[in-house]
Amino acid sequence: MRQINRNMAVFLSGLFVLTVAIPLMQGQVLPDYAVQLVGKYLCYALLAVSLDLVWGYAGILSLGHAAFFTLGAYVMGMHLMREIGARGVYANPELPDFMVFLNWDSLPWFWGASDSFAVTLLLVVAVPGALAFIFGWFAFRARVNGVYLSIITQAMTYALMLAFFRNEMGFGGNNGLTDFKDLLGIPLSSPGMRLGLFIASALALAAGLLIARAITQSHLGRVLVGVRDAESRTRFLGYRVEEYKLFVWTVSAMMAGVAGALYVPQVGIVNPGEFAPANSIEIVIWVALGGRGTLVGAALGAMVVALTKTLLTGWLPDAWLYALGALFILVTLYLPRGIVGALEGLKPARKPQEVAA
Amino acid sequence: MSILNIDNVSKSFDGFRAINDLNLAIAKGELRAIIGPNGAGKTTMMDLITGKIRPDQGTLFFDTTHDLTRLDEAGTARLGIGRKFQKPTVIESLTVGENIDLALAGPRGVWSALRGPDRATASRERARLLDLVRLADPGRLAGELSHGQKQWLEIAMLLAQEPRLLLVDEPAAGMTDAETMRTADLLRDLAGEHSIVVVEHDMDFVRALNCRVTVLHQGHVLAEGPLDHVSANPEVIDVYLGR
Repeated sequence: MRQINRNMAVFLSGLFVLTVAIPLMQGQVLPDYAVQLVGKYLCYALLAVSLDLVWGYAGILSLGHAAFFTLGAYVMGMHLMREIGARGVYANPELPDFMVFLNWDSLPWFWGASDSFAVTLLLVVAVPGALAFIFGWFAFRARVNGVYLSIITQAMTYALMLAFFRNEMGFGGNNGLTDFKDLLGIPLSSPGMRLGLFIASALALAAGLLIARAITQSHLGRVLVGVRDAESRTRFLGYRVEEYKLFVWTVSAMMAGVAGALYVPQVGIVNPGEFAPANSIEIVIWVALGGRGTLVGAALGAMVVALTKTLLTGWLPDAWLYALGALFILVTLYLPRGIVGALEGLKPARKPQEVAA
Repeated sequence: MSILNIDNVSKSFDGFRAINDLNLAIAKGELRAIIGPNGAGKTTMMDLITGKIRPDQGTLFFDTTHDLTRLDEAGTARLGIGRKFQKPTVIESLTVGENIDLALAGPRGVWSALRGPDRATASRERARLLDLVRLADPGRLAGELSHGQKQWLEIAMLLAQEPRLLLVDEPAAGMTDAETMRTADLLRDLAGEHSIVVVEHDMDFVRALNCRVTVLHQGHVLAEGPLDHVSANPEVIDVYLGR
């Protein structure tokens, strides 16, 4: 417990320094795009924390967490599409370009409230949360566990990918949503907006970590560990395991949705490829690399892998996937408790043995 | 007055009759030992009582009014039925104290769990229970305990739930002779305040419990009474004791 608090304090201090240092360096030492890049890493880190909350503490190995992230991204993307207004290629003040192209004459009903930023913020958590709640309600009540649960989470994200590829769904088909211009009237390409999104991502990550910490260190967190380590024991103690899983699963999906919503304006596009099963598996690798069940490790793992990916795709574009695979194998073999676990192992034990005189 | 009534219960798995027209009544405060060869239906009976599985026919009532066939494991636990598994099952990555905290009687909902149990009551109860089962260090990880100590921790967790009926599956398994006798003493002490059903193979242990014994065979009650009485029963000798 104390270990978690110390790691959390160190990580949050580092994050704070980063959040202060980057604006000072922006446009001087650092190019503008670097701010965006680090902002993107922070979104991945928040996504990793959301997975660690369910996998590390409740034993639910989700292979479909990118679905919640991408849904949050689409909700934000819809709002950004509406902000384009008449500046699109077809200059239609009401309809996004892809709808004009498909000869639609009015907005589908579910696009109705997307012009409101406040409603968008609400839906960013509500849509992934609702999907997670419905999915979890059926899966956990039916006591689907372990690898079977992992497989159906994978099926869930795959089904969403296929659905979003269809033009009839009304989310831009395989092109997805892009060509965004501005947010709240401020151009997305302006240094100020980039900085604002970066800071918002840092704050969201800090908030996500603190919420996850509060949950896992509460009595409820102990019940979750009970569910993870000895599910039937926990049931026979009188805890309705499915309710606990549903709670943490839904919170986690909401967190992933926020990460997706902050991601979209920083990368400028969202398409159905984000639902691809491989993306969800990559999140699992981040968490395993950083240290499952450590929260901070998950965030660290995501950032390390993302940074490596940026560097390697620049230097050796073809080798990236091999590097990721090798990284995963090496971590599994030599760092079973991830980066954070390995770092803890280096420090002297908490209670040094008394040396007899 | 009975705390538990099992009447005409049957349960089959893929055509195999694990429980066959079982009738059993446990009185309030009674200590009862259940013995029987492997496959006699002891564990299935525990699963039926705790709502893990549903009977094909027959009725199970707790305290004469609560229909156990309508409840799940958490429901029967909240009603006051505590179950100890054959293999000691504690939450290994939590400390001994945290294990007890999880088991302490109190609300079991998600929202109340965010707040947690009342600290003062929890620490008092924890100290009392750990003293009872002679576990000294509440800060120790449960996974580091020996097999026998895990059995004791699980018993303490069971008592923390303040159950009215305790179902105890082979508590003496893996214990030393001294620990076995101490467990028998503890169960005898607890009877009266709690009703207890013990499933056990170890005949020395059953003798030490000094209570009424039910012999189960092929999911049916073969004999019931004091140990000396049932062990003199020729049918019992034939199916179980004689081997």
